[in-house]
Amino acid sequence: MDSDDEVNSVISSEDLGGDADSSVGDFGGDDSDVDFDELQEHDGFDTQEKDLKPRKKAFEIDHKVYSPEDIQRQQDDQVAEVATLLEQPHESTAILLRYGRWNKERLIEQYMDNQEEVLDKAGLGQDVQKSPPRIEVIDGFVCDICCEDTPGLRSFALKCGHRFCVDCYRQYLAQKIRGEGEAARIKCPGDGCNRVVDAKSLDILVRTDLTDRYHQLLMRTYVDDKENLKWCPSPNCVYAIECGVRKRDLTRVVPTVFCDCKHSFCFGCTLPDHQPCPCSLVKLWLKKCEDDSETANWISANTKECPKCHSTIEKNGGCNHMTCRKCRNEFCWMCMGMWSEHGTSWYNCSRFEEKSGLDARDAQARSRQSLERYLHYFNRYHNHEQSAKLDKDIFHKTEKKMTLLQSASDMSWIEVQFLEEASQALQRCRQTLKWTYAFAYYLARNNETEIFEDNQKNLELAVEDLSEMFEKPTDQLSGLRVEMMDKTTFCNRRRIVVLDDTAKRLKEGVSYNLHFYGFGVVC
Amino acid sequence: MTAPLPKRIIKETERLQTEPVPGISAQPHDDNARYFDVTVQGPDGSCYEGGVFNLELFLPDDYPMTPPRIRFLTRIYHPNIDRLGRICLDVLKNNWSPALQIRTILLSIQALLGAPNPEDPLNEAVAKQWKDNQAEAIKNAREWTKLYAQPKE
Repeated sequence: MDSDDEVNSVISSEDLGGDADSSVGDFGGDDSDVDFDELQEHDGFDTQEKDLKPRKKAFEIDHKVYSPEDIQRQQDDQVAEVATLLEQPHESTAILLRYGRWNKERLIEQYMDNQEEVLDKAGLGQDVQKSPPRIEVIDGFVCDICCEDTPGLRSFALKCGHRFCVDCYRQYLAQKIRGEGEAARIKCPGDGCNRVVDAKSLDILVRTDLTDRYHQLLMRTYVDDKENLKWCPSPNCVYAIECGVRKRDLTRVVPTVFCDCKHSFCFGCTLPDHQPCPCSLVKLWLKKCEDDSETANWISANTKECPKCHSTIEKNGGCNHMTCRKCRNEFCWMCMGMWSEHGTSWYNCSRFEEKSGLDARDAQARSRQSLERYLHYFNRYHNHEQSAKLDKDIFHKTEKKMTLLQSASDMSWIEVQFLEEASQALQRCRQTLKWTYAFAYYLARNNETEIFEDNQKNLELAVEDLSEMFEKPTDQLSGLRVEMMDKTTFCNRRRIVVLDDTAKRLKEGVSYNLHFYGFGVVC
Repeated sequence: MTAPLPKRIIKETERLQTEPVPGISAQPHDDNARYFDVTVQGPDGSCYEGGVFNLELFLPDDYPMTPPRIRFLTRIYHPNIDRLGRICLDVLKNNWSPALQIRTILLSIQALLGAPNPEDPLNEAVAKQWKDNQAEAIKNAREWTKLYAQPKE
């Protein structure tokens, strides 16, 4: 396999150093010219270096996990860098970068082209007041918001000069930050004023609980603005993941990433890991399983309509002489024609072989077949989903088993670890198997499909074997130790084979069964 | 009403009485100083000329941090006002600033009558008519004004 085949070599790990200067940190906008293919080609140059690295599997994707502190540092670094370039104070640079959605290059270019316009649009228009904003007491001041005019009233104004009392300003900021979840573009309360409130002014005006929330929101918009960053969707997880896979690459790769919180998810759609099935198919499949299009399918496969009143009828026994319960219409179930036309040959429809009758039967058969095809894949998909849940329950009992084993036999803690490993392997493999069935549903039949199905079958057999061993009573487990360890390794290997093979095929372009893929609904 | 009325609302109400805006009136209810009966005259030269429109205006608890709630009570044929009298106007939503007042908002509404904006419609059917056949739409608006918005003697 030559180097170009490596889908995973999106960005070499050196590039991901978290350094704000690296090219990775920069491609925020759509017009960025650093893209997937180029990065791959670029990787092709330093073959020497790559030969030294352990070969990565085709389904593995380079990514990096960042803590909130890392993300803050990234922002700070970029602000510092751009601030020197634009000769603007840090606070203003931060506002400019947020306005430019953190696309440094484009911002700098626009700024160089038309400084005034960019400043104005970003909310840093003409300064009326030169001194840095601070709380002041001004004689004869009346607040336009609360109409308060008590002497000694403390007031505040941004550089635009729109002055309001400190209480109103605080209330306003609290409403924006807490009420509306706004942070990057909180404007001056003055009517029609475009001036953006900066972090320093905020610090002067409000207490830490509100500034904490403010910075949290800013961080959120930073990650949301960057195409190569995503929050880990796991509840209460604070980490963000950086990955170079772009939206348009998603037909060719399934970028599963691993967060430090142990959650693995797809960087493309943020759903839990669904390798080897690509995002678009996952979406189709989930929708298909969710909505009732299959109910309609069942109806068409199992029922007919009364030719007169079109009520849906399921024939659950009896002869072909049907009498509609609703409209009392009498018809033949076979040919759907009027019963009266059957003359004396009752209970033996002579019109059965006619073309219209044949067509009707064919349509029914096709419908039934496509339903069965769907059910075949769905049942297996569903089974692995359920089994994974059951395995998870067992996993919770594993620890108990492990301590039991330690006391029942002479095994040490380290010697019972194989149970946990087996349990994790089961979880992972079932997750993969589940999605192979969704994937297979959309695949067009060809020779490669057979290889895929062989791989799938091998993995499935291995998983079921291991699962069976896992359920054995505790006293038998110690005897099975070596066998289970072997099986665990085998399962993991089989899983890698399936993933590696599909990842390579995806990259080359897979042919799908357009009948299912293109329209989504079988009919 | 347990909380005392904020100074801002008192001042605004006073000023609305002492220096009324031409063509606009706003009268608070005796039992609820945050609820106003409003009338707006159709601007001269517009298809609402001669009409007097009744509106209701309510100042929520967090006014002026949040905008007042305003609704037409009189039926009106206008692309930015729907059948329930709700108004689509930027300063009543995103572009609200606490420095704006009842009087400025009512002036904006009066201006909206003078310059209907079918490109940003709330009432799709009216907006479509406005774009397809403006003469007909204006005729309708005049008719509705005669029908529903005549000042009471």
